[in-house]
Order: sequence, then C-alpha cells, then structure tokens
Amino acid sequence: MNARELPTRSAAVRWAQRLAPLAVGLVVLGAWEWAVRHWEVEPYVVPAPSQVLATLRERWSELAPAWAVTLRTMGLALTAAAVSGALLAALFASSRWVAASLFPYAIVLQVTPLVAIAPLLALWLRSRFEWVHLICAWIVAFFPVLSNTVAGLRSADRAHHDLFTLYGASPWARLRLLLAPSALPYFLAGLRIAGNLSLVGAVVAEFVTGAVGDESGLASLILGSQMRLDTPMVFAALTLVSLTGIAVYFALGLLSYLLLRRWHDSALPR
Amino acid sequence: MIELGDVTKTFPNGTRAVDGVSLRVAAGEFVSLLGPSGCGKSTLLRITAGLAPPTSGTVAAPWLNGGRDAGGQLGYVFQQPTLLPWSSVSSNVYLPLRLAGRRRRDAAPLVDAALEMVGLSDFRRARPRELSGGMQMRVSVARALVGQPTALLLDEPFAALDEITRNRIDDDLLKLWTQQRWAAVFVTHSVYEAVYLSTRVLVMSPRPGRIIDEIAIDLPQPRTPAVRGLPRFAELCERVSAALAAGMEATANA
Ligand SMILES: Nc1ncnc2c1ncn2[C@@H]1O[C@H](COP(=O)(O)OP(=O)(O)O)[C@@H](O)[C@H]1O
Ligand SMILES: [Mg+2]
Repeated sequence: MNARELPTRSAAVRWAQRLAPLAVGLVVLGAWEWAVRHWEVEPYVVPAPSQVLATLRERWSELAPAWAVTLRTMGLALTAAAVSGALLAALFASSRWVAASLFPYAIVLQVTPLVAIAPLLALWLRSRFEWVHLICAWIVAFFPVLSNTVAGLRSADRAHHDLFTLYGASPWARLRLLLAPSALPYFLAGLRIAGNLSLVGAVVAEFVTGAVGDESGLASLILGSQMRLDTPMVFAALTLVSLTGIAVYFALGLLSYLLLRRWHDSALPR
Repeated sequence: MIELGDVTKTFPNGTRAVDGVSLRVAAGEFVSLLGPSGCGKSTLLRITAGLAPPTSGTVAAPWLNGGRDAGGQLGYVFQQPTLLPWSSVSSNVYLPLRLAGRRRRDAAPLVDAALEMVGLSDFRRARPRELSGGMQMRVSVARALVGQPTALLLDEPFAALDEITRNRIDDDLLKLWTQQRWAAVFVTHSVYEAVYLSTRVLVMSPRPGRIIDEIAIDLPQPRTPAVRGLPRFAELCERVSAALAAGMEATANA
C-alpha cells in the first residue's frame, strides 16, 4: 500500500466530493432541456425542466395545498411511528412473553403489501381519506423503528448491566438510564428509514384513495393530472415529492448527528 | 466483614471455575487475589459482590443482606472503565448515588470530593471518550468511592494501562486507602502490584481456582514508592512468585 494515499484529504477535495452530485444533476437537467427543445417533444409527453419550474411557480396555488396534505400525513405518521415503535419496543424489552407473542404480528403487518391493505382501509373508512393515508403511512414507518429499537435495547453492554445490578437499580431506572440511551443510535437509524417510508406510505395511500375521488394530496394530484394529460403538473408534483424525501432524510440525519455527536462513534469525524 | 466458605462455581457448560475457596477479609484490610489468567478470579469477585450465585458454599458480606441501601457499602471497579459514554464525567460518578435515590444537588459535594480524590476536578463536564485510558480508570475509581463504601472490590482494574500510569494510579489508590481504610479485595496477575499494595496476598492455582497459599505482607505503612526498592520487597515478591510457580507445576503434573 502507498503510505502517501492514507492521510488527510484536503478541504478542496472534500468540497469537490460534496458538489459532485450537484454537478451531475445539472448536467443531466441541461441535457434533458436540450433534448426536449432539439426534438421538439410535446410537453404532455415529457416537459422540459424549465416548463416544470414554470409550472411550479405559476400553479403554486394548486400545488401548495396538496403538498401540505402530504406533508401533514407524513409528519403525523412519522411521529406516531416514532412514539408507538419506541413504546412497544420498551414493552418488548420488559417481557419476553410479550415480545414473543406480539412480534410475529408486527412482521405480518410489515410484509403484507401496502397496496393490498390500502383499498381495504378505503373501503372501511369510506371518505375519511386522511385516516386512510395516516394509517397506511404509519404501518410502513412503524416497523423499522420497532425492530431497530428492540435491537438497540438489547445492545446494552453486559458490564453496564452488572454495574446497574450492583448498585440496586430499579427496572425503571435501568430502562431510563441504561437501556434508552443505549438504544438511541439504533432508534435514530430506524427513524431515518421510517422518514422516507412514511412518505412512500402516504403517496401509495393517496394513489389508492385518488382512484376513488380523493383530490387532496400530491399523489392524488399526480393521478388527476395524469388523467388530464397535464404532464407538466405531474412532474411538478413529483419534484415536490422528491424534494420532500431528500429534505426529510437530511433533517433526520442532522437530528441524529446533533443527539449523538458527543459520544457515539457513528457521529464522530473520521 | 467478607467471608466465603467453601465456595464452588461450576458454569452450566460444565466449566468449574472456582473450587472450594474459603477466605475472610477483615475491615480495613487490603487483600490481593493473585493467580494466572482464567483461574476464576473474576468469577470469585462477582460471587463476592452478589452479581452471580455460587454453585455451592456460603457467602457473607454486608451488602448481601438485602438491606435498603445496601449498595452504598460496596464499591466495584471493573476490568474496563465501564463508564456510560453518553454521560459526563460527573454524571458517571453520580450514578451510584442516583440509583440509591439521592438527589443530584444533595449528592454534589460527594461527587466533587470523589473527583477531587482522583485528581479530575477539571474534567467533570468531559465525556468519557474525551479522556485517556488512565483518566477513565480514575473516573471509575471515583465512582466506586463516591458512596463512601466500607469495601472495595477491584478486578484487575489497571491491567490494560501502561506501567508508568499503572504505578501512579496504584500510588494514588494506596493513598486513598491509607486515609479511608475501606477493606479492599484486589484481583491482579501482577506479583509486584500485589505485594506493593496489599497487607495480605492470596495465591490461586490455575483453573479450577483454589487458594494455595497466603502470604502476609509486612512492609512498612504507609507505603511510598521507596518501598519498591527495599530488600524485603524483593524477598516477598520472590516468595509470592515461588508460590505461584508451585501452583502451576502442581497442575501441570496432575
Ligand atoms: N459465564 C461463563 N460461562 C462459562 N464459563 C465461564 C463463564 N465465565 C467465566 N468462565 C470460565 O471460567 C474460568 C474463569 O474465568 P474468570 O473468573 O474470568 O478468570 P480470571 O478472571 O481469573 O481470568 C475461565 O476458564 C472462563 O472461560
Ligand atoms: Mg478476570
């Protein structure tokens, strides 16, 4: 191995590495714009990036309420997934019996395809679409939080357990002062997955309810626009979905970094 | 104060780690348990602390009576620092008091005093990973002493440290013992460390661990580093080494 390759990458190289994806994106968008103009592609087939941007700006009044609906579904589902996943994991950790009898059902819920559950929910809940969206998004977001937190609660160091036993810790003190902090990095990793899954869940549910007349969320808007051959609108809504996903991913990454940076290896600079 | 009677420990997988050990430690004594790696020293200490039950035999110690804040009477220093990485140094030292239900404000003077004892007052807000191995071990000692225990159990506490650091911590530990006079059971595999620190050294055989010799250390008190240069120190080290070697040989021939 060449020793000179090992140490310090310079700041310039690091910045270049960070900007590289952006450059790729710009090149692709540029090529796309050029191709649409060059071959005079109809907007209802593929709109140029500039048209998508124009749609975002000019028809923001249609997009914004739909976006707000999807965002709210996602936010509520993610919150519910975080709370219920963590609480259920703590319950599992406190009793092997509870864990053994309930965990299989959590898995069943997880492996059943959402597109199969959503129509049922739509049938049962009829026009209470926001509940269909919320439950679907929660179902998919909940499992990674649960399974990660369960693993995290079990990851507590044996010597630390001894320490707590030695000083007569109550079960509650052990959970709060030892198990919960040990599980935090795992919980946060689960939450990062759950963030994007809750968006996927919300979008899938909106597609299903969109087919029966719901016009509230971004996905319903996509469905409706597609039927009207309003392809620029489809792309504009898609852009918002993607941006939302990226923003949530980075926001949860930042949260994880802020909570762990002083003590956990995963958040330390290398 | 601590009394083990014919203690045997056999693990579920059939490993016999401790075989018929009886020992007594009086208040204020500093007893070292010396033996080769794997001879059951940690197991014996865990049994003494109440962390594991013996397979047979009796264990008597004040903290095993199940009293309300019995934990306060015992301090334990593990082989690793075993600090909570998410807690600051002072929170780590506060932990035993916190688990005993003491309020942080009431406990603060004790925490400060314990950190002062190990010379880490300036690091109370640091996280464990920001400290060196030696400093982490000092925090661990402070945590063991914060509840003003009457007995301290130490399981090869400084074995992972370099010799210079280890000697310094040994000296500091000895100073604290001279002032506070808790009973100490100190597990080590270093002959010099055992002789330097102890009032009595118990030599163990290879697994299954038995106590095969007992050597009173009649070096002057209080001990200072100069003790390491005394002819009597060398003599006692040789005597202990010989006992250790005899145990190894007896097992090899058996
Ligand atoms: N939980 C356990 N299950 C089975 N064997 C064990 C267990 N703990 C320790 N042992 C075995 O018991 C013996 C003594 O271990 P230990 O007390 O840690 O020795 P020491 O501290 O003297 O090095 C070793 O052979 C070890 O492998
Ligand atoms: Mg050991």
